[in-house]
Amino acid sequence: MDFQIIIESIPRLLDGTLVTLQITALSILLGFCLAIPLALMRVSKNRLISVPTYGFIFYFRGTPLLVQIFLIYYGSGQFQEFLSQVSLWNFFKEAYFCAVLALTLNTAAYSAEIFRGGIEGVPYGEIEAAKACGMSGALLYRRIVLPKAIRIAWPAYTNEIVFLLQASSLVSIITLMDITGVARVISARSFAFYELFLFVALIYLILVYGLLFICKRIEKRLTGYLNFQH
Amino acid sequence: MASFRFLYFLQKYGIQTMNRKNAVTIQDLHKNFGSLEVLKGISLEAKVGDVISLIGSSGSGKSTLLRCINLLEMPTSGKIYLGDELIKLKKNRRGETIPESQKQVDRIRTKLGMVFQHFNLWSHMTVLDNVTEAPVHVQKVSRAEAKEKAMAYLEKVGIADRSHYYPSQLSGGQQQRAAIARALAMEPVVLLFDEPTSALDPELVGEVLRVMVDLAKEGRTMIVVTHEMAFARDVSSSVVFLDKGIIEEQGSPQKVFTAPDSERCNRFLSSFI
Repeated sequence: MDFQIIIESIPRLLDGTLVTLQITALSILLGFCLAIPLALMRVSKNRLISVPTYGFIFYFRGTPLLVQIFLIYYGSGQFQEFLSQVSLWNFFKEAYFCAVLALTLNTAAYSAEIFRGGIEGVPYGEIEAAKACGMSGALLYRRIVLPKAIRIAWPAYTNEIVFLLQASSLVSIITLMDITGVARVISARSFAFYELFLFVALIYLILVYGLLFICKRIEKRLTGYLNFQH
Repeated sequence: MASFRFLYFLQKYGIQTMNRKNAVTIQDLHKNFGSLEVLKGISLEAKVGDVISLIGSSGSGKSTLLRCINLLEMPTSGKIYLGDELIKLKKNRRGETIPESQKQVDRIRTKLGMVFQHFNLWSHMTVLDNVTEAPVHVQKVSRAEAKEKAMAYLEKVGIADRSHYYPSQLSGGQQQRAAIARALAMEPVVLLFDEPTSALDPELVGEVLRVMVDLAKEGRTMIVVTHEMAFARDVSSSVVFLDKGIIEEQGSPQKVFTAPDSERCNRFLSSFI
């Protein structure tokens, strides 16, 4: 075990940790914002809305994340001319943008399906009570269905967040210097694979348990209504 | 609507008015579930201050009738008025009944307070939030005013000390009383009760019935689907016996319980003694 190399690499690995956290946080945030409308579209009775949404979810759940990242990052290169014309090339030429886009779309698809389960799990009686109180449409969803659905779906969504943090290690393949990326570069030069990746695993463990801790706190707050205390 | 309030106050102070207005009028209501005809032409009037008990064996259509009044079930045909206002319905392309205006339906539903068999409180909100929800977000009452009123209604049903509890932390009887407070908070013209005590343990039935008796004494217009024959007999102003989707017997509790014209009604009632 060469501890010297780990100690020397700590500053760079911490930079990588920051990149990992940034990419993960951005993707979760944007993914969540997409997932809720997608879930609502998925349960829509209008097939013109629900079928394309299902297609989107089907694609992103059915293909490997790495393939999606390659498609967006390398694939966009073939459309450089078109993307330049619509002035999007400046985005697509950045690996960072492509990584966040791929992770966002991927997590949006998974989360949409999780929240759809939540929406369908809202007790029908509570929806009826809301209707009987004169609620309908957007108000009914905003006040009763979604708050309840998110509470039902939260534990499953926590899993998705952890999965996304770990999946973000794939972005190292398209040149991004996240934790895994930094470790790959250093280990390729020093051949200290064992030491470095053991340390990287430790960092991921700490990050995951940090995330889980935060999610649990949120869960406790959201599901306070389930605590029986007489 | 102003006249409603006026009549309500007359009722409250025990002044009998000669020509009470209709609070709810149902004309020739039919309801089919697929090929099954559950309601076969029901006409019913509830005058302001009436307490009408709907009784009948299960499957007789009494819950469906009640749920048609606030359109939780869409009637297949027929007319429903709240006061003088007709609830406008139309047919869609598939021949299903749909409201002409969801706005009207939403507005009318706030005037029809509904109490369900299984309470249906919003489980992620405290009792107080349950009671202020509709006034604040549907009727646009200020939060402070809604809260003040909510506490008054919770006081009335006897669970003001439980206002910050979640529904799951309450007994069935307390939950149902919270649900009654929630219905009252919208200041409805008519209260609809759908078997409010059927899901309760026997020892909890009394506390809910007491609240309902108090409401009846206040002169509130109530339509109650119930299996509590004592309530139907002692509290209601008229009793309606439904059987196989038609009104088989209707009249004052005295008449229905002691000398029903219908043989079926007689048999149904005798099964309770």
